[in-house]
Amino acid sequence: MKKETTKPGIGRYEVRLAGKGGQGMILAGRILAEAVALYDGRNAVQTQDYGPEARGGASKSEVIISDGEIYYPKVMNADLLVCMSQEASDRYYYDLKRDGLLIIDSTNVDRSPTTRVVAVPITELAVKATGREITAAMVALGLICGLTKIVSEEALEKAIRSLVPKGTEELNVKAMHAGLEEAKRLLEAGLPISLPREL
Amino acid sequence: MRTAFLQGNEACAYGALAAGCRFFAGYPITPSTTIAETMARELPKVGGVFIQMEDEIASLAAVLGASVGGLKAMTATSGPGFSLMQEHIGYAVMAEIPCVIVDVQRLGPSTGQPTSPSQGDVMQARWGTHGDHPIIALSPTSVRECFDLTVTAFNLSEKYRTPVILLMDAVVGHMREKVSLPAPEELEVIDRARPNVPPEWYFPYEETASDVPPMANFGDGFRYHITGLMHDRAGFPTQRLDEINAWLTRIFRKIDAHVDDIAITEAINVEHARTLVIAYGCTARAAKEAVYMCRRHRVGLLILKTLWPFPKDQVLVAAHEAQRVVVPEMNMGQIALEVERLVGRSKVRRVRRADGEMITPQEIRAAIEYKE
Repeated sequence: MKKETTKPGIGRYEVRLAGKGGQGMILAGRILAEAVALYDGRNAVQTQDYGPEARGGASKSEVIISDGEIYYPKVMNADLLVCMSQEASDRYYYDLKRDGLLIIDSTNVDRSPTTRVVAVPITELAVKATGREITAAMVALGLICGLTKIVSEEALEKAIRSLVPKGTEELNVKAMHAGLEEAKRLLEAGLPISLPREL
Repeated sequence: MRTAFLQGNEACAYGALAAGCRFFAGYPITPSTTIAETMARELPKVGGVFIQMEDEIASLAAVLGASVGGLKAMTATSGPGFSLMQEHIGYAVMAEIPCVIVDVQRLGPSTGQPTSPSQGDVMQARWGTHGDHPIIALSPTSVRECFDLTVTAFNLSEKYRTPVILLMDAVVGHMREKVSLPAPEELEVIDRARPNVPPEWYFPYEETASDVPPMANFGDGFRYHITGLMHDRAGFPTQRLDEINAWLTRIFRKIDAHVDDIAITEAINVEHARTLVIAYGCTARAAKEAVYMCRRHRVGLLILKTLWPFPKDQVLVAAHEAQRVVVPEMNMGQIALEVERLVGRSKVRRVRRADGEMITPQEIRAAIEYKE
C-alpha cells in the first residue's frame, strides 16, 4: 500500500510476531501494543491468530501502530516481521514490505528466505541471559525496541512488568535487556535494511 | 472515563456489568471464553452470580430463570453453542423474557475452525429458532462498541421484553484496543417496566399501549404461569384464535413499530455516493480503510450496528443515488440478500470470504473499482 494514497495509512506501522504456540508471541504482541498505546501515547491495535492446539501449532500476533485512527486491524504489508520458527518464516516472508525489517530467531530458523535479514539466535540469548527458553519473546521485544524505536524502553519495561506472571518480572526484564544489548551491537555493526524514518 | 487496553470480549463483559447484568450462566467455547472468564472474576465483586453449566442448552435455561427471577442475565457462546441455544431463544421470545445472548462468531458449520473469525451466523440469529417471530441482533466493530452495544443490548431487551443477540466475531472479540470507558453516570440504563397493580390484578401478557406488558419477578407475590405454548393474557395455554392472533401481531408490532429506536447505523460520505459499501462487524473496518483509499470516487459507507430488525430505511436513503452497492461479509452472502431485495439484485456486488481470514481493504477496493 502506498502511503500517499491512504489517509489512515499515514504513520501506519505494521508488526507481525510469528512462531509456534507456547513461544509467547501473543503475550509479546500484547506487551508491545500496550506499551505503545498506554505508555507512549500512540494508537495501537493488537490481534491474534492461533490454531486449536494448546502448544506447537502456528501462532501469530499482529500489532498496528499509528498516530491516527486505525481501521483495518490486521497486517497488509508488514513493516516488521519477527519469525521464531521455520514455518513462520517460510509462510509470512511474502507479506513483508520491500524495505521492511525481517528478524529471525536463528536458533530455530535454519533457512532464511532472504539475505536481507537480521538473524539473531534469540532463544539462545534468552537461555544465556535467564536460563529460560520461554523468555525468548522478551529478548525479541528488546531487539525490536533497540532496532526500530517504535516503542520506548521505559514503556516496554512498564508493560512487561504489568503483563508477565507475578514473580517473573525481573527475569523477563533481564531478557528484554539482553535483546536491547544485542540491538546495540547490531546497530554498531550496521544493518542490512533501512529503518522506518517517521518513527 | 477510564482508559485501558482491552479485548473486545472484556469490553463486552464490562458493558454487561455497567448495564446492570448480575447473572451469567455459560459453557466455555473459543472465541467467547474470555467473556465468561471476565464475568467469573467480576460478578462476585458486585454481588452477582456466575455459573458454569453442563452445556449451552442449560446455560440459556438458567439465564431465562434468572431473568424471570428479576435479574438482568446474559450468556456468551460461539456457533456450536449458539445452535444448541436456539430452542430456548424461541422460548424467550414466546414467554417474553429479556436476556442477552452473545455469539462470538467463528468459522462453521459444526466445530469448523474454532479460532478463526466468521460472520456466518447472521441468518441463524434471525431464523435459527422455529416459528415466525421478530428478533433484535446487534454487531460491534470495535472494542469500544463491544462495550456500548452490550449496554444497548440489555437496554433493548429490557425495554421490549425480548431476547437480544449480540453478534460479535473472533476478530472483534480477541482484538485489543485502547479504550476510554464511560463512567456509570454517563450511561443510559433502562430497566424493565414493573407492574404497579396489586398482585391479584396482574396479567403478565396483557395488551398495553406500549405493546410491552410490565414484568413481575417470580417470587414477589405475583402468581402467574409461563409456558412455551401459545398463551392468554394470564399466561395459560390457549387455542382461541383471537388470542393467538392478538399475541402474534403484538409480538411483531412491539419491534416493528420501533425500528427507528432499534436500528443503529453509521453513515460516512453517503450523500451523493455513486458507490455505497454496506458492512458490519470486523469487516466494516476493512471497508472503512477501503473507502478512504478510494475517496476520490464518491464512495460512501454505511455501517450496520443493528442487523435485525434490518435497518431498511437507512439502507434505502444511503443507496438512493448509488449505481453500485458493495456488500463485503465473511460468509457466502447473507446480509447481501437483504440488500438485494431492497435495492435490486443488479446493483449489488458481493465480496464474500468464508475461509477464516478477514476480508482485506484491497478486496473491497477491487469491487468498488470493478469495471462491468
